[in-house]
Amino acid sequence: MSSITLPAGDDAPVYYEIDEHPHPEGHSTLLGFWIYLMSDCLIFAILFACYAVLGGNFAAGPGPKDLFDLTLIALNTAMLLFSSITYGFAMIAMQNRNLRHVQMWLAVTGLFGAAFLAIELYEFSHLIHIGATPQRSAFLSAFFTLVGTHGLHVTFGLIWLVTLIVQLGRHGLNPANQRRVACLSLFWHFLDVIWIGVFTFVYLMGML
Amino acid sequence: MSAATTHAEQAEHDAHGIEIPHASYRDYTIGFVLSVILTAIPFGLVMTGTLSPAVTAVTILGLAVVQIVVHMIYFLHMSPKAEGGWSITSLIFTIIVVGIMLSGSLWVMSHLNANMMPQAHEETSQIP
Repeated sequence: MSSITLPAGDDAPVYYEIDEHPHPEGHSTLLGFWIYLMSDCLIFAILFACYAVLGGNFAAGPGPKDLFDLTLIALNTAMLLFSSITYGFAMIAMQNRNLRHVQMWLAVTGLFGAAFLAIELYEFSHLIHIGATPQRSAFLSAFFTLVGTHGLHVTFGLIWLVTLIVQLGRHGLNPANQRRVACLSLFWHFLDVIWIGVFTFVYLMGML
Repeated sequence: MSAATTHAEQAEHDAHGIEIPHASYRDYTIGFVLSVILTAIPFGLVMTGTLSPAVTAVTILGLAVVQIVVHMIYFLHMSPKAEGGWSITSLIFTIIVVGIMLSGSLWVMSHLNANMMPQAHEETSQIP
């Protein structure tokens, strides 16, 4: 029979840590923001599911083929794609600690984002003008909710972008601002990912 | 002494605290070029109508999935190592939940649609 004798005092094995780990400010912000984006992903998934279920209920109203203009959507997609790569250039400029270039590329990204939003608003106003309002049919309700929610995200992304350019101008590339630029990068590219789903599933599939 | 080292460690951590994924022109350019191709093909297919609608639908959905993966890798810098694996874990969890929810909703609602309309019609026609 063997018995284990535990050493006492300083030699005692430690099964837990008393000292707190260092938690530098913002060390988990990017992960936290990523998890927020995943929850945002669920919102969009629900809206996509709604559109998938209700998208065929036209209530004898206009359908996708009567309403959508693919040239406009292709233009819109290009705007968002350009804004994605210009944001990438802003990230690279941040790595090179070049504040002016970060601000410039963020501004260019903002312009592309604004162009996207302007085209979308033009499309919406055109649809509403010809009577294809959200109240017209379940298809149009689901369409405006899904695409509108994406557009709303882009709008808030733009507000964030402008705020960030001003903050960068005031405080430079300090750790907090770098973190913010990195978070907005995730947000912006995430919106582009959602848009892939929108143009494929809503617009392209609608025209088949 | 201990206070001084703690401060030094703190400063060290502040510098390395934010783990912003490394970005390169190469990654963004590859991602952008692939995205342009993967966007142009589905638009081209639908606008010209070369393939049958069913084949086109499957193709553009497949290309969309590929493009989403391209964005994840080259723009969102997603990798199994990012944030000690927690990013990819939460991503996989989200994909599973979204998959269950989308397929479940579509399945249930299509059955509901299929059961509602014709049956109601049948029943009324059976009434003498």
